[in-house]
Amino acid sequence: MMQTDPQAAARKRKRDRADTRFKLYGLSAIIFALAFLVFFFVDIIGKGLPAFQQAQIQVEVHYSEAAMNNYNKAVDKQYKRLVSKTWLRLVPNQIRDNPELMGTTRVEWVLAENRVDQFLKGHEGHRLKAKYQTLVNQMYEEGKVKLVFNTGFFTKGDSKLPENAGIVASAIGSVLVLLLTMLFAVPVGVMTAIYLEEFAPDNRLTQIIEVNINNLAAIPSILYGLLGLAIFINFMGVPRSSALVGGLTLALMTLPVIIIATRAALRAVPDSIREAAYGLGASNLQVVWHHVLPLATPGILTGSIIGLAQAMGETAPLLIVGMMAYIPEAPGSILEATTVLPAQIYTWSGESLRAFEERTAAGIMVLLAVLLSLNALAVKFRNRSENTW
Amino acid sequence: MLYSDLIFWLVGGLIPLAITAYMVARGKALSSENEGGRLHSLPGYYGWYAVIWLALPAMLSGLALSAAHLFGLFSIPAPILLAGMFTLSGLGLWYALSHIKIDFRARESVEKFTTGTLIIAASISILTTLGIVLSVVFESINFFQVISFWDFITGTKWEPDTAFLIGAGRDTTGIAPPAFGAVPIFAGTFMITAIAMMVAVPVGLFSAIYMSEYASHTARGRLKPMLEILAGIPTVVYGFFAAITISPLIVKAAHAFGLEADYTNALAPGLIMGVMIIPFVSSLSDDVIKAVPQDLRDGSLALGTTKSETIRHIVLPAALPGIVSAFMLAISRAIGETMIVVMAAGLRPNLTANPLEGITTVTVKIVEALTGDQEFDSAFTQSAFALGFVLLLITLMLNIASTIVVRKFKQRYE
Repeated sequence: MMQTDPQAAARKRKRDRADTRFKLYGLSAIIFALAFLVFFFVDIIGKGLPAFQQAQIQVEVHYSEAAMNNYNKAVDKQYKRLVSKTWLRLVPNQIRDNPELMGTTRVEWVLAENRVDQFLKGHEGHRLKAKYQTLVNQMYEEGKVKLVFNTGFFTKGDSKLPENAGIVASAIGSVLVLLLTMLFAVPVGVMTAIYLEEFAPDNRLTQIIEVNINNLAAIPSILYGLLGLAIFINFMGVPRSSALVGGLTLALMTLPVIIIATRAALRAVPDSIREAAYGLGASNLQVVWHHVLPLATPGILTGSIIGLAQAMGETAPLLIVGMMAYIPEAPGSILEATTVLPAQIYTWSGESLRAFEERTAAGIMVLLAVLLSLNALAVKFRNRSENTW
Repeated sequence: MLYSDLIFWLVGGLIPLAITAYMVARGKALSSENEGGRLHSLPGYYGWYAVIWLALPAMLSGLALSAAHLFGLFSIPAPILLAGMFTLSGLGLWYALSHIKIDFRARESVEKFTTGTLIIAASISILTTLGIVLSVVFESINFFQVISFWDFITGTKWEPDTAFLIGAGRDTTGIAPPAFGAVPIFAGTFMITAIAMMVAVPVGLFSAIYMSEYASHTARGRLKPMLEILAGIPTVVYGFFAAITISPLIVKAAHAFGLEADYTNALAPGLIMGVMIIPFVSSLSDDVIKAVPQDLRDGSLALGTTKSETIRHIVLPAALPGIVSAFMLAISRAIGETMIVVMAAGLRPNLTANPLEGITTVTVKIVEALTGDQEFDSAFTQSAFALGFVLLLITLMLNIASTIVVRKFKQRYE
C-alpha cells in the first residue's frame, strides 16, 4: 500500500536531504584534511626547492701576498661583497697548502654570497644593494653568474652563513641518536612485551605495569626531556647535548610504542600454534623463541619502525637536553655535543636571514622524505603480517 | 685508557671469549654422553649456561664500578678494572664448567635467567614513570619553597626576570620580587587547546563517520593512510609551517576585516595543532564506531530511518563513551604539544580572550626556562619543573579518565 499523503512525501524529501547533507559533511571533512595535506606539501616544496640550487659567480682570483694578509684582496674590490665570506676566508689556507698558486691569477667559479643567491632566485627581501643588483644582472648576461646544484647542502655542516650551511652534521647526529635509541628501546621493548604477553602471572604487579605503560604512551614528550635533564644529565652525569643523552631520552619515549605494538603482534599469533608446540614437549621459552616470536616478527618490525620514525622527528625533549646548540661539525663519539635534523630545522627557522628560510624548508623536505619512506616500509611489513592469518 | 675505551675492550674481549666458552661447554656436555645415558637438555643450553656465567658477573661488576666512577664516588684505574673483570669471567666460566654433568638441568637454569631478564626489562617502564615523577616533583618542591603554591596557581602575573638575581645571591632591595603567577600561562594553553579541538573534533569525527559508515572498503584503505600522514609529520615541521605560512595569512586576513593581529597570534598554532590531531581523533573514533554491533544499525534501519538518522540517533550515542575518551586523549595531546607553540606562539604571558593576540603556553615556558643560560638552581629554571608537574597531573588525569570511560564502553558490548 503506497502512502500518497503530500505532507509525508515532503517530510521524506526533507529527511533525504538531511541524509545527503550528513554524508556531505563527512566527505567535506575528509576533503578538508586532504586539501590541507596538498597545500602543506605544495607550500613546503615551493619554499624548499630553490635551496637545492646555489648561485656561483665567476671571478678573477688573485693569489697574492696581499690576499695572504687580507683575504678580501683576493678578488677585485667590486666583487668583494658578491663572493661568500666562507670561501674568501679559505684563500690564505689554499695558498699555504699549494705554494705554487702564489702570484698567479686565475678565473674561477666560486660560491656566491647569499644575497646574490636570493636575488638571482627572484625572492623578495633579498636585501642586495641596488648597485650590486645592476652588477649581478650584467654578469648574468655575460654568463658569469649561474645557479648550480647545491652539493654543499648535503656535504657541509651548519654555518652562520646560509650559503655555507648544510645538513650533514645534523643528519649524522640523527643517525647516531636513532641507532642508540634502537639499540636500547627495541630489545627492552620487545622483552617487556614478551614478558607481559607470554609469561606474566595475572597479578597486581602485572596490572600496574600495564596501566603504567598506557599512561607512559600518553605523557607529553617534553616531560621525557625533563626526565633526561634531571636524571641523565644532572644525576648520572651524562654529558649535555651528547648523542647518548638524546638517544636514551628518546628510547624511553619510544618504549611504550614498541611495547604496545609488540604485544598486539604477539596476541595475533593464534593459540593453536602455541598448543601444538607445547604438545610436542617444548618449554615455555622454546614456544616463544622458536614459534611465536618468528611469526610475530613483521608486526614487531612495523611497531619498531613507527616508533623510531616518531623518535626521529621528535624535537621537544631534545631541546631540553641541550641538543639545539650551534654545532657545525659531525660528532666524533656519542659523548660529544651533537645536533639532530629536527633540531637543526628548529635553529634555522629562528634565523632572520631570508636565505635560511629556504634551507629550513629544504631540511624539512629531507626529513619528511626519510620519515615517509620509513612509514611506507612499516605499512609494507604490516600488510605482510596481516596476510598471514 | 679511558672508561669509554674500557667498554670497547670488554666487548671486544668478551665476545670471542663467549664463543669459546660456548664451544667448550657444549663439547664437555656432549663428551659426558659417551659414558652412556642422555643429556638432560639440548647441548646448546650447556653452552649458553657457560656464557651466562662468563659474562654476567664480569658485566655487572664492571657496570657497577663504571657507575661509581661516573658518580665520582671512587675510581679504580681502568687497566686494573679490566684485568679484574677478565679474572672474574674466568672464575665464572670455571664454575659453570664444573657443573656440567650428564644429569645437569642446564635448560632450566638458562630459562630461569632469561625470565629474570624479561622481568627486569618490564620493570624499566615502571622506573621511567618513577623517573619522570621524581624529577618533576623534586625540583618542584625546591621551587615551591621559594614561591608559594597558592601564588603560583592563582597569580595573574608572570614576571620571573628578577629571579636570577636572587639565585645569584645579589642584593635584592629595591628590586621588584619575581612573580610566578601561572594563570595567564594556563589560560593561553587552554585557549590554544580549545582552538585545536574546534578544528580536530568536527573534522576528525566526521572523517571517522564517513570512513566507517559510507566509504567503500577500497576507498577506506586509501583514505586512512593518507590521513595518517598528517600524524607522521614531525611537530617541528608543523611549527615552521604555522609560523612562516599560516601566521602571516591570518594577519593579512585580519587586516582585510580591519582587525589587528599579532604575528604570534594564538590562532595559527591552534589551527595547525588541530590539523595535527585530526588523524588521532579520527582513528580512535573510527575504532569505536566500528565496534558498535551491526544489529543496532540493522534494527534502526528496519524501522525506516535514513542512514544519517541511524548514525546520529543510534550509532553515535552507542559509541559516545569511546568518542569522548578519544577527545580526552586528543586534549591531553594538545596540552602537551610543544614545538608548534614554541615556534608559532608568543613568549609573553597574556591573559586575553582574543585569539589574534600573542599568548604563551606551559610548554613554551618550560622550553624557555631550560634552554637559556641561567643557573640551574634559580627559581626561574625550577619554575619549568613546577609547570611540568602540573602538565603531568593534567595529562595523567585526562588519560586515566579516558581509560575508565573506555572500559565502561567495552563492557557494554562484550
